[in-house]
Amino acid sequence: MYTQALNSPEEGSLAEDAVRASRFQARIDAEERIEPNDWMPAAYRKTLVRQISQHAHSEIVGMLPEGNWITRAPSLRRKAALLAKVQDECGHGLYLYAAAETLGASREELVDAMLAGKAKYSSIFNYPTLTWADIGVIGWLVDGAAIMNQIPLCRCSYGPYARAMIRVCKEESFHQRQGYEIMLTLCRGTAEQKAMAQDALNRWWWPVLMMFGPPDQASQHSDTSTKWKIKRFSNDELRQKFIDATVPQAQYLGLTIPDPEMTQDEQGHWRHGPIDWNEFKQVLAGNGPCNRDRLAARRKAHADGAWVREAAAAYAEKRARRQMAQAAE
Amino acid sequence: MATPNTPLWEVFIRSRNGLAHKHCGSLHAPDATMALQAARDLYTRRGEGLSIWVVPSSAITASDPADKAMMFEPAESKIYRHPTFYEVPEEVGHM
Amino acid sequence: MTAPSIIVSETPLVLYTLRRADDALILGHRLSEWCGHAPMLEEDMALSNMALDLIGQARELYGYAAKVEGRGNDEDKLAYLRDVRQYRNLLLVERPNGDFAHTMVRQLFYAAFADLYWRGMMGSTDATLAAIAAKSEKESAYHLRHASEWVIRLGDGTDESHARVQVAVDDLWAYTGEMFGADDAERGLIDAGVAIDPTMLLPEWLSIVSHVAREATLTLPENDWMQQGGRDGRHSEHLGHLLSELQYMQRSFPGATW
Repeated sequence: MYTQALNSPEEGSLAEDAVRASRFQARIDAEERIEPNDWMPAAYRKTLVRQISQHAHSEIVGMLPEGNWITRAPSLRRKAALLAKVQDECGHGLYLYAAAETLGASREELVDAMLAGKAKYSSIFNYPTLTWADIGVIGWLVDGAAIMNQIPLCRCSYGPYARAMIRVCKEESFHQRQGYEIMLTLCRGTAEQKAMAQDALNRWWWPVLMMFGPPDQASQHSDTSTKWKIKRFSNDELRQKFIDATVPQAQYLGLTIPDPEMTQDEQGHWRHGPIDWNEFKQVLAGNGPCNRDRLAARRKAHADGAWVREAAAAYAEKRARRQMAQAAE
Repeated sequence: MATPNTPLWEVFIRSRNGLAHKHCGSLHAPDATMALQAARDLYTRRGEGLSIWVVPSSAITASDPADKAMMFEPAESKIYRHPTFYEVPEEVGHM
Repeated sequence: MTAPSIIVSETPLVLYTLRRADDALILGHRLSEWCGHAPMLEEDMALSNMALDLIGQARELYGYAAKVEGRGNDEDKLAYLRDVRQYRNLLLVERPNGDFAHTMVRQLFYAAFADLYWRGMMGSTDATLAAIAAKSEKESAYHLRHASEWVIRLGDGTDESHARVQVAVDDLWAYTGEMFGADDAERGLIDAGVAIDPTMLLPEWLSIVSHVAREATLTLPENDWMQQGGRDGRHSEHLGHLLSELQYMQRSFPGATW
């Protein structure tokens, strides 16, 4: 969203760094935004590059499960909406890579790390889209969960990330509605359609709850991220917010949340049953149902496109040389 | 396998006639022509633009944040450059 | 249980409109297959934008064909419930994506035609077609520009890209002639000023394509044998597979609303 880090970060002495670090924290505490060229602790930079690039990878890998249904969308209206939505995910990946690049990482090195399996992306995209109802559930729940995560990021302390998220959130406002409309149509349709909707909800519910990350007492990064105002709500807080918003929407659809232990407490919060964190760990470790397929698809696109990128670079060089020669005449 | 880097471009968009071009983001493209098309496809999908500029990121020279005090603070004390510095009686009306 | 195909009463205007609608849908569908798999993310955006333009054109044209036919069909019935022999698109647009060179050459050949075609159709005596033409012309003008720029880069890029894009030109050339044909059903519409005579567009199309080929250091084939048949539903083997994917839901769940 901004130009690459223009000045290479200079190395200061430890004593100087301590002074700078406390000034930096004071700026964060005063809700000032940190911009690309500002001094920042190396760990802040590293945390952001990791988080923003993971977010970008998630958008790009996230194109695949939904892209799986573009050619089979059941009506022309749905086809156009789904294509526009998946295209948006690509755009969001681009905004995010650009935000990460302001911290001195190049998109190419970030993408290479993802293709090498060294960078993470959201675990949710390692589940398969089996029926059209999955497209509805993804829009309704996966995008719904993403929005819960992303809205607080619009106030993230790092300026380029916050600005990217503002744009993303604005554009995503149609995604969740699109998904819910698909669900509503299915639930008002034939018995077969309604069963399709319930089946999709059953398969996606628990993986969606896992999108918010491990429970607070087990999360590694939250403390410093909170101090730096990269993260403003805990995983459990966001998860709870999401569930409270979603349960009435499911009720309206006439669908059952596949959690027999789900109950409403006196404060009105819907309390979920135990989440299978072992499944989450397995998916993160590469053992989800689609991890290998997703990476293979991205690697193939990358490899198949290499000659195109090389051609474009070669042409640009030739043209620059020709222009130089012309100017010299 | 290392991928060769594709140049980075900064994108500026005029959203309405009468407004200035405003920085809206960046993208990668092999050359200026493709950068302009990519900017159109990426940043004006919802009718956000009437005109686009693309500039190679490497062509931008930015002020150093370390110079912030020297660069910008001297202007803060020159309050006589603002209309509110001057007193004109109310009876004179808007000026 | 599968949904049977509908029967369309193909009066000249219905048939004419359906042919253009099918061109737009099939090419839009082909481009949408790239989404998530393009050579660079910026190109994912571009290919999806072009696909969305074409799907939009198809929807308007189907809507109009259904209205003119007046038998209760709609855009989705026309798109999803006609079988391969009832599809009327050009053979060119159903060609598989192949590599990026094939996709861009196909796009160049079609957009160079579509841009001229829609510009001409803006003067149609049929107000709906003229309005669709006015919108589509701007879209195809951009598609033409984008495809031209890529063909030039691929042609004048590396040895590999030059070879690939030359193969694509050679492979697709025989599918270009069909764009300029008009049968008896269309002759009447041309005489009435509803349609334009596509044969008139050939010289300018050739000049546009030759110009791009020259810039791209490519050679246009001398073989002037042209494949025909798409307009009458005699397609390649590829279209059936495309339709089985496109129509899967509507065929599998007869009468359902989505």
